[in-house]
Amino acid sequence: MVETKAGQSKGIARRKLLGGVAGAALGSGAVTGFPTIWAQNIRNVVLRQFGTGVSNQNAIAEKCKEDLGITLQMTALDSDAVTQRAVTQPNSYDIADIEYWICKKVFPAGVLQPMDTSKIRLFDKIVPIFTTGKLTPTSTIAQGTAPNTVGFVDGPGSTRFAAAPTQWFTMIPTIYNADTLGIRPDLVGRPIRNWKDIMDPAFRGKTSILNIPSIGIMDAAMICESGGVIRYGDKGNMTRAEIDKTIDFLIQAKRAGQFRAFWKTFDESVNLMASGEVVIQSMWSPAVTAVRSRGIPCVYQPLEEGYRAWGGGLALAKHLRGLQLDAAYEYINWYLSGWVGAYLNRQGYYSAVLETARQHMTADEWGYWMEGKPAQGEIKNPQGQVMERAGAVRDGGSFEQRMGAVACWNAVMDEDRYMVQKWNQFIAS
Amino acid sequence: MRGRVAALALASPLALILLAFLLVPIGTIVVVSFFDYDSVRMFPAFVWTNYEELLLSPITWKTYLLTLWFAAVTWAICLAIGFIVAYFLAFHVHSALMQTVLFLICTIPFWTSNVIRMISWIPFLGRNGILNSALLSMGAIDQPLEFLLFSDFAVVLAYVHLYALFMVVPIFNSMVRIDRSLVEAARDAGASEWQVLRNVIIPLARPGIAIGSILVVAVVMGDFVTVRLMSGGQSASVGLMMVNAMSLLQYPAAAANAVVLLVVVLLMIAAMLRVVDIRKEL
Repeated sequence: MVETKAGQSKGIARRKLLGGVAGAALGSGAVTGFPTIWAQNIRNVVLRQFGTGVSNQNAIAEKCKEDLGITLQMTALDSDAVTQRAVTQPNSYDIADIEYWICKKVFPAGVLQPMDTSKIRLFDKIVPIFTTGKLTPTSTIAQGTAPNTVGFVDGPGSTRFAAAPTQWFTMIPTIYNADTLGIRPDLVGRPIRNWKDIMDPAFRGKTSILNIPSIGIMDAAMICESGGVIRYGDKGNMTRAEIDKTIDFLIQAKRAGQFRAFWKTFDESVNLMASGEVVIQSMWSPAVTAVRSRGIPCVYQPLEEGYRAWGGGLALAKHLRGLQLDAAYEYINWYLSGWVGAYLNRQGYYSAVLETARQHMTADEWGYWMEGKPAQGEIKNPQGQVMERAGAVRDGGSFEQRMGAVACWNAVMDEDRYMVQKWNQFIAS
Repeated sequence: MRGRVAALALASPLALILLAFLLVPIGTIVVVSFFDYDSVRMFPAFVWTNYEELLLSPITWKTYLLTLWFAAVTWAICLAIGFIVAYFLAFHVHSALMQTVLFLICTIPFWTSNVIRMISWIPFLGRNGILNSALLSMGAIDQPLEFLLFSDFAVVLAYVHLYALFMVVPIFNSMVRIDRSLVEAARDAGASEWQVLRNVIIPLARPGIAIGSILVVAVVMGDFVTVRLMSGGQSASVGLMMVNAMSLLQYPAAAANAVVLLVVVLLMIAAMLRVVDIRKEL
């Protein structure tokens, strides 16, 4: 499958080159291609993209070079460094790959420019979570920095987020996912159903949460609400009183010895789980996969209260213009055209335009990753390693089941500074 | 006049290096510590809020006390180990060759990076780690010892492991330079081993002890990696506070904390130098 696909895209690339309509016909044939005047010299353009490691992948840069001729220079940094660089060195990048909550901080600083949706061919096909905020017309918008709330600005030069969709889109979604708690099914010894289960005295000294304030506070909020400790007005934008109560609850739990450790990096979370230091903890999806690939049972446990979701996107630097800006649009259109989507879906993330991604995946892959169906054969990751064997079912089920059960998004609060002070108090206590 | 020019010329490389790489950065930190900031940027200003928020917060005091406690415990243990090792090397190993060989053996752990040395404790001390497994299989314990890892114990253990040599080296250096005839004279005058140690060796090894202490205390006071990794993120240190502030782009807050820490450490070193005049006794 992989080989035929590569063959296909090469064929397309050749056609495209001959036809001189760079990238327009890529992947899905259904798009309304229009030739750009820059089509010929776009091949020499270099775009500097930086962001968190998850979507900044060399394979994507290589494929982009092959299909469009555009050279992508990728720099991967952690999310704090990304925020910092986005704001303080706006000329050091052309494309920022940032999370939505980071966008809420960075966009108002005036270092990014919104995209004209009329230049994005598959704009209408983008998963509506990012446009209207609603996965289906009946779903409710989750709390926190939901992508649609920072998805649009008023006009081309504006830095003010618009309440409803406009023609000016801040970020093209790259990857997103629904996070929950990871457990060691062999060691917890009972079914885990709720976020509050992490506070079960039976797990004293065997739990962990992540020590990244803006994400950790959301996990903490899910736990508090689940345990009936607090009922929040909006978890994603807590009042000072709510922050105080949440942190006090965490401090009590810490003093009682509930936590084994707090983790900050991906590998720490993998090691804590794999070594049996913890049996239930905040986790990211690829970390669960990493534990499992060592032959250690680990489940990304769906919980009744729902998921904490996160998402990232590509934003254009303010200084982009002319040829470079057109190249950036070409790149974005290519990004949505299917190959990248399939590549990301195969890693267990979700991508922005599902329709085109599906065309680049096998029926079995699509069934396993997106529809929650049992795998028919071996499920491989993009590097060709076997991730799951026949019969395996994705934890949490289908795309709709998982993304439809999002309770909150990673967030930046108005009381951000206060929250961080309190969080430091929790860690120091 | 020529002498003066030559002296100035000789001193200027060091002076320039210190100016460019010490005074200017520290000056910048001091200036930034008075800046104002929001969630993404800092603004040139002259405000005291960074210091107010820092000094009026009980968390700061608690964290400073905790860091001082770590420094004190680590210093005491390093001093005990360092003194004993140095004493053994200097007075009980008689051949110079053997001294050198044994001294080199002490430095072997330093051939790998300090992060590796620290991280390798984690699988050793963990709940299902080598130590717990061994103790369990020997029947010495029936529950894994949880305090071994991700605890203050683990932090101090790692500090001592990392920095004990900083104490051994200067003390050893002081001790080998003690004139053996002084020890002989003391013995001839009827002093016991203990009296020789107390009245001759310790006073003469004081500069080494002071230098070792300065090294250990200064390093521990500024540390953040060891505390974070060995306490599993459950403990805090002043360095860690700064890292947290910086990761949230609160540079002025971190700068203010850096200035306060600098003052505290300088005061501590000044106090140590009050007790031992290194220059006089070297």
